[in-house]
Amino acid sequence: MTRRTFARIACAGLMFAIPGKPAEHQIIQKDRAFSQTAITIKPGDSIVFKNADDVTHNVFSVTPGMEFDIRRQAPGGSSSVPFGHEGVAEVRCSIHPRMKLLVTVKK
Amino acid sequence: MSTWILLLAILATFSGGTVRTGHIEAGQFGAGQFGESRRPGPAALSPGRILWKKDYVRPQSIPFPADNRFSPERALLGRTLFFDPRLSASKILSCARCHNPGFSWGDGLPLAIGDEMKELPRRTPTILNLAWADLLFWDGRAESLEEQALLPIESRTEMNQPVASMIRTVSELAGYRRLFEQAYPGEEISPKTVGRAIAVFERTVVSGRASFDEWIAGNESAIDESAKRGFDLFNAKAACRKCHAGWNFTDDGFHDTGVRGMDKGRGQLLPLEAMQHAFKTPTLRNADQRGPYMHNGSERSLQDVLELYDEGGREKRPSLAPEIVPLHLTAREKADLLAFLKTLTSPGQATEFPLLPH
Repeated sequence: MTRRTFARIACAGLMFAIPGKPAEHQIIQKDRAFSQTAITIKPGDSIVFKNADDVTHNVFSVTPGMEFDIRRQAPGGSSSVPFGHEGVAEVRCSIHPRMKLLVTVKK
Repeated sequence: MSTWILLLAILATFSGGTVRTGHIEAGQFGAGQFGESRRPGPAALSPGRILWKKDYVRPQSIPFPADNRFSPERALLGRTLFFDPRLSASKILSCARCHNPGFSWGDGLPLAIGDEMKELPRRTPTILNLAWADLLFWDGRAESLEEQALLPIESRTEMNQPVASMIRTVSELAGYRRLFEQAYPGEEISPKTVGRAIAVFERTVVSGRASFDEWIAGNESAIDESAKRGFDLFNAKAACRKCHAGWNFTDDGFHDTGVRGMDKGRGQLLPLEAMQHAFKTPTLRNADQRGPYMHNGSERSLQDVLELYDEGGREKRPSLAPEIVPLHLTAREKADLLAFLKTLTSPGQATEFPLLPH
């Protein structure tokens, strides 16, 4: 990595850290599992779900008030899901229900 | 040259043949069951095959949840309840009536038979290897074996026995009161303890060691070349492993595989497009002993199942899983896949029937 590239990444990290700015978080789906089982974010943030498997996934939540369904996601696909208000969403893959993620949204 | 170095590194990495598991009960399964791993001979030097094989190593012991550990007393109680027809309203239907060890813990019928000899809408699934299962039933409506065990007893179309009535029947028998006290000391005879005992027993029902397992453990002559080619097809061209994954040959997932019929399956519980006509992926262990096939018995033989997948599903619906596409298999490739599937069958295991208490 060159010094200039490193500086750019560092600057990008600072941008995400600015208070009040919505952040984008990433959750990877690999080996029929989420890269983490729980995540805490702020209202207005979004999560990018990336399918790094070679099988289809279908991330969704039926938690009241926080429902979403990104439908079938092919291998290599990415989908961004915004979380607008506070709450705790239980997120699963409908195809592989062992895949569970708890998204806590709070200020 | 560098390719050969990579291959040798892979061989060295995977020649151990061990697997890590979570919570374990000792003694029931596996200690000493694994042969010494050997490096494959020259015929197995296919990079893909070597890498795939590491995904199919049998676990060395059965996982039990921390709140319902194994004990011989619990397994005996669960086995006794499982084989006892008095748990049904008719007093002639036990769990084992449909989950018959003589049919690899299924019933050999296209559709299950319930109370008053009426046909049910789905086929009886095997109870083999449920210790490793996630959601239970073809549509995943039970979250645990403890929960699942009670549902067929209560179901009006299956054993049709209200739980309160079942508990009364069991509690009136001194033999059962003794078995419960030994299995769950100080706990009352309740739906909870009945479900827990049956779950413990069910977790002990594990498919035996098959010739495929010997091959995975390093015995290259355990299966023939046709079966080895079938294994390659299973993992690559036919891509069966995308759903029938791992040593138990299931991803515990739900897919619409294009089986004929109107049954919505998991879609009745979860109104997502991908879940319409979706059913749980069954294990392939002992599959050649467990026909007819699919959730509704609509495919009579394993050859028929291969035809279903070769044509990319019988029904092309919007919910059809993207993994289900025409495979264009040759006759020889189908024969190889069939030869491979037959290596997953273990020799018959003696089943111990309990003496039912009076």
